[in-house]
Amino acid sequence: MKTQISTVSNYRWQCRRGMLELDLLLNNFVDKEVINLTVEQQQTFEQLLSYPDQTLLDLLLGNSVSSDLSISGIVQQIQHTSFD
Amino acid sequence: MSNDTNSIDMSSIERRQFDTLIIGAGGGGLRASLQLAEADLSVAVVSKVFPTRSHTVAAQGGMNAALANVSPDNWHWHMFDTVKGGDYLGDQDSIEYMCRAAPKAVYELEHFGVPFSRLDNGKIYQRAFGGQSQNFGGDQAARTCAAADRTGHAILHSLYQQNIRAKTHFFDEYFAVDLLKDDEGRVLGAVVFNIQDGQITVIEAKTTLLATGGAGQLFKTTTNALINTGDGMGMAMRAGIPLQDMEFFQFHPTGIAGRGMLITEGARGEGGYLVNGDGERLMERYAPKAKDLASRDVVSRAIAIEVREGRGCGPNKDHVMLKLDHLGEAVIQKRLPGIRQTCITFLGIDPAEAPIPVFPTAHYTMGGIPTNRYGQVVVPVKDTPEEPVAGLYAAGECACVSVHGGNRLGGNSLLDILVFGRAAANHIIGYLKENKYHRVIDDEVIKKVVEKVNRFDQQGSGDETVAGLRKELKQTMEEHCSVFRNKEILKQGVDKVEQLAQRMKNVKVDDQSFTFNTARVEAFELENLMACALATIHSAYAREESRGAHSRTDFIERDDKSWMRHSLYSFENGLDYKPVRTRPLSVESFPPKPRVY
Repeated sequence: MKTQISTVSNYRWQCRRGMLELDLLLNNFVDKEVINLTVEQQQTFEQLLSYPDQTLLDLLLGNSVSSDLSISGIVQQIQHTSFD
Repeated sequence: MSNDTNSIDMSSIERRQFDTLIIGAGGGGLRASLQLAEADLSVAVVSKVFPTRSHTVAAQGGMNAALANVSPDNWHWHMFDTVKGGDYLGDQDSIEYMCRAAPKAVYELEHFGVPFSRLDNGKIYQRAFGGQSQNFGGDQAARTCAAADRTGHAILHSLYQQNIRAKTHFFDEYFAVDLLKDDEGRVLGAVVFNIQDGQITVIEAKTTLLATGGAGQLFKTTTNALINTGDGMGMAMRAGIPLQDMEFFQFHPTGIAGRGMLITEGARGEGGYLVNGDGERLMERYAPKAKDLASRDVVSRAIAIEVREGRGCGPNKDHVMLKLDHLGEAVIQKRLPGIRQTCITFLGIDPAEAPIPVFPTAHYTMGGIPTNRYGQVVVPVKDTPEEPVAGLYAAGECACVSVHGGNRLGGNSLLDILVFGRAAANHIIGYLKENKYHRVIDDEVIKKVVEKVNRFDQQGSGDETVAGLRKELKQTMEEHCSVFRNKEILKQGVDKVEQLAQRMKNVKVDDQSFTFNTARVEAFELENLMACALATIHSAYAREESRGAHSRTDFIERDDKSWMRHSLYSFENGLDYKPVRTRPLSVESFPPKPRVY
């Protein structure tokens, strides 16, 4: 099942964060990849978005690693989404 | 939300009443709301994002207070540094108030649960920042209290938890459109809508506090998060309130080009240097002695000049390069690991192997909504330069109190939001004792604002898109109102921004759905940015001197005789000026002197 447009808009707003680094990384992922996520991956992404900004930043910049494999998987997907 | 303004059924619109409405849930808004909620007042906080996602979370450095835990210190030295750092444009009564209140503000935060870093003796750790001195310009002071490198995050989360405990009412993910004003000019609340479903709510309030943060999104290259679109400043301007000192915008010389994030001065401190498109070490020409470690404004202007004169790097020649690779991988990994990770993540470039593209990045809005030290919004009325607007307050980066004057010192922004968030709340508490009852708001006043909520669905030819106009605005501001300013460049900028503001009328939002219609929100944000841009570029064009962050190549000296005054720009009256408050509360004034470090 593919992600719906209204959900993409919702994600886009949830990706408005207090730090520019998070804005760029998360919105880039939403623009390019979120439409292809499975329902399970969507749920993991939503869980990730519920984290505090500083925790998110540490995960996405590689300063910390989640022991939850599904979270670390989606973190890697975000990190590897090209800005081109 | 109806698409036909004529059919808006006012009885179907939700109306809520609170003692105080606070717009913005960063540190300033939450400090104020906590004070008010603890005084048993009903407080609503409207925030377009979840409160702990406000930009305060990005403040890493810390908060200044003369605690004297590491070096001898007192509030009077802190005051001197702040007056001098602001290049004598700051109001000295507000600065004295802030510096005296700083230690108490830190101890309050400690009690709210902020985990400040500690010294071995158990006292709060304090680090040294630029511009901090002992004994009025003497030895370096260590004045900045920090919770590791996440002070803003710790403060914001602690304040949010305290507000939940105190039963502050949050309207999360609501967007405030415009203020409600009666015929006598009193502010009586605002019209907001729920971003999730488009539902409009009229929030009637005896007092309203704007705490919406800065406007860094005015510029193409900025350290600011996407949410920093000057919303409160735009609302204030549409309510007839001028913006003050908007020409003073702080830039950092080395932001990642096209992205904005800071590359700390530490990179140049470790031996990094800047090169232009010809491979030349450019700072050797601009600062033969200090070279790449010259002051921020000198380095920023040098980069801008290189790009303007066609010696930039890349296909568009729109940046220069910061070279670190000669330092070797081991040094970079040991001393600059954060920068390395940032470059790899955002650019796919390892600075151990290739140079980093950089350009000056917009960081902090010194100007804003004019207030006095009680947080009351003040406007000129006849011969009175500062007449309070009944019921309206502002605090934090959206306000201009003015403690930062022409240039903010590191560690003073968190202090500003906390001290003046609290001060505004205390004044509101007193005001509400005298103004106990809600005033009746004329239905026509509400209807006019409510109708505006749909304006981007209905108006305009649709020839312009929000994304297109926003991109042009940011590019124009970067080219014409960034670190390189002179009469010709600014005049061109004034003309271009005026044209962009006119073209705003042709914006039409195609997506007219109700659910998470981010296109509509972005149209309102652009309208707010456009107001800030007009105030910024008009004020910059008019100010024929160099002071603080406003640096003109055609007027390179500070001119206290003509320009030691605050700029005010409004839609109604264009430019106006008012005097700087040079008289402190209890000590002698600091007269202007050359700002030499």
